[in-house]
Amino acid sequence: MNTTDSTKAAAPAALQMPAVQPWKSLADPMVLLIAASFFTPLFFSEGGVSNFAYCLIWTFAAIGLAAMWGFGGILSFGQTAFFGLAGYCYGVFTINLGDSPLSTWMGVLSGLLLCMALACLLGYMIFYGGIKDVFIGIVTLSVTLVFETFMAQTAGPQWAIGSARLNGFNGMSSMPSLSLPGMGADNILLEGNYFLFMVLVMLMVVYLVTKKLLGSSFGLTLEAIRENPHRAEMLGIDIRRYQLLIFIFGSTLAGLSGILYTVWGSYITPSSMGLTASAMPIIWVAIGGRRSLAGAIIATVALLNLSQELVVYGSQYALVLMGLILLVVVMTMPAGLLPTLREKFSKQ
Amino acid sequence: MTLFTTIYSFLYQFGDSFAYLTLSALGLAVIFGMMGVINLAHGEFVMCGAYITILTAKAGLPLPLAMLTGAMTAACVGAILEYLIVRHLYNRLFDSIVATWAVSLITQQTMLIFAGPSIEGLSTPFGSFELGDYSFSTYRALLPFFAITVLAALYLLFFRTNYGIYARATIQNAQMAKCLGLRTSRIYSMTFALGAGLAGLAGALYAPTITAVPTMGSSFIVPAFVTVVTGGANVLLGVLPAAGFLGFIQSGMTAAFGQLAGQIGLLITVIFVIRLLPKGMGHLFNRR
Repeated sequence: MNTTDSTKAAAPAALQMPAVQPWKSLADPMVLLIAASFFTPLFFSEGGVSNFAYCLIWTFAAIGLAAMWGFGGILSFGQTAFFGLAGYCYGVFTINLGDSPLSTWMGVLSGLLLCMALACLLGYMIFYGGIKDVFIGIVTLSVTLVFETFMAQTAGPQWAIGSARLNGFNGMSSMPSLSLPGMGADNILLEGNYFLFMVLVMLMVVYLVTKKLLGSSFGLTLEAIRENPHRAEMLGIDIRRYQLLIFIFGSTLAGLSGILYTVWGSYITPSSMGLTASAMPIIWVAIGGRRSLAGAIIATVALLNLSQELVVYGSQYALVLMGLILLVVVMTMPAGLLPTLREKFSKQ
Repeated sequence: MTLFTTIYSFLYQFGDSFAYLTLSALGLAVIFGMMGVINLAHGEFVMCGAYITILTAKAGLPLPLAMLTGAMTAACVGAILEYLIVRHLYNRLFDSIVATWAVSLITQQTMLIFAGPSIEGLSTPFGSFELGDYSFSTYRALLPFFAITVLAALYLLFFRTNYGIYARATIQNAQMAKCLGLRTSRIYSMTFALGAGLAGLAGALYAPTITAVPTMGSSFIVPAFVTVVTGGANVLLGVLPAAGFLGFIQSGMTAAFGQLAGQIGLLITVIFVIRLLPKGMGHLFNRR
């Protein structure tokens, strides 16, 4: 079985060393696009801004998956498990500790740390246990389903951490928003436009850091492992360590998405970890282009927005269309939408 | 007498769980083991089998014939899907996963739109029998034996027929088989159709015991996956011990701590089995 699928086209690109030019990152179209997004509140209504922020929230999970899948060759169905875990963690923290700036940001931090710890544990088991290819997908899917099944049965008062009830299938709700300490007595609540700005700043940082990471020798080593694990091992690379690190990185980004989602809607439910939910990031990344961070970001926002529009007619129609787009893209453009388009334009 | 009843009731639970795991896994195992393709549309073949069985049985066909029709229809749909989509993705493992998942999503949601949330089911045949204080469904008690029969039939198919020899030759070395004049692409489509047909058969056999809904595939796909992964790539040597072991864990946990513990226990067991035996339980028998 050939695990290094569709690598012929990408192999030459992987061999070229990227030029190290710090100023060049400013001219990256994606950076400009994110920067331009700061002006969206001028053109959209309040609902539109909130919706846009919602779509952006998911991009972190997509970036994480693109890094793991496209660059590391690890297909994880576990993004939503980390998403949910971090969301619940934020909820438990803030409901217990109140809505002061310190406690909310502590909640964010603890959610991320918890994700890191779990990813470390799970990744250690996977990569140091010799689990490969598809089996990684199955293990991560199993973990996700265990979480969902477990959280769905936590109804009743005995399932509570401090004063935070887990509430079973209905999920937790009424978490406070993030805030920053203000000049006067009042804190600045990060809601509406401020929330959007915060998400955009985070996206910019995450995008640049990920890009830098994947362009560094770490990223290139990772690609070498994806192309041919045996060859990489012969060259003296400890492939397990590299794969574990990128797994932790990608999973923690999914956790960031989960926290922001919980903050945005002030609720989190077990169904956000279900079978359909856990495949959504895979759809976005596969459509956008798994080796293109920009593609993953744009596809996530565009497809989520499209589903939101279609949900008016019923969620079935949105999912059918999502499936059709996915099928067409996989069959005709294996590299994903954005890389294919880019190649077409650069040829002309 | 009560001891006997308790033992039988555990055996019944175990058999139920074993049959469910085996029947739902076989189709997936054949396609994965023989072709190395992960078919995420597996659950939709199960649904297809169940729906056709229910519809034809309602139309007046005797139940066994209706079940056969269900399985055959699923096999035909499988052959079409292989021709249209899977064939083009043989060397692209991840893409075949994503593409079959897309097919599954489209089918499931289209069924929801056109066929509604559920259709009226069939009544379970053969009634029930009583033992001590408990009452058992005869049909469910028979299912493990059906599962074993299907396994035996598969064994005969793979080891006693020409198709079986060709199929095994193709898995072992597709290039070599091709050189010797085998039309491997035809073997692949037949194998995919066989897998789809087995999935349809699972749906057909369970049609009288469940409510058929368009999303019923997802309740089959998780047990199917865990069994195949626990068993490994070897179809017969993998599925049988894996279903036996997992069925034992699940029924034991369910009896001791309830349904949810059974589910969670099943998934956790799988994670540990993969950790300890990355190639599956079937591999234990291969070492010799």
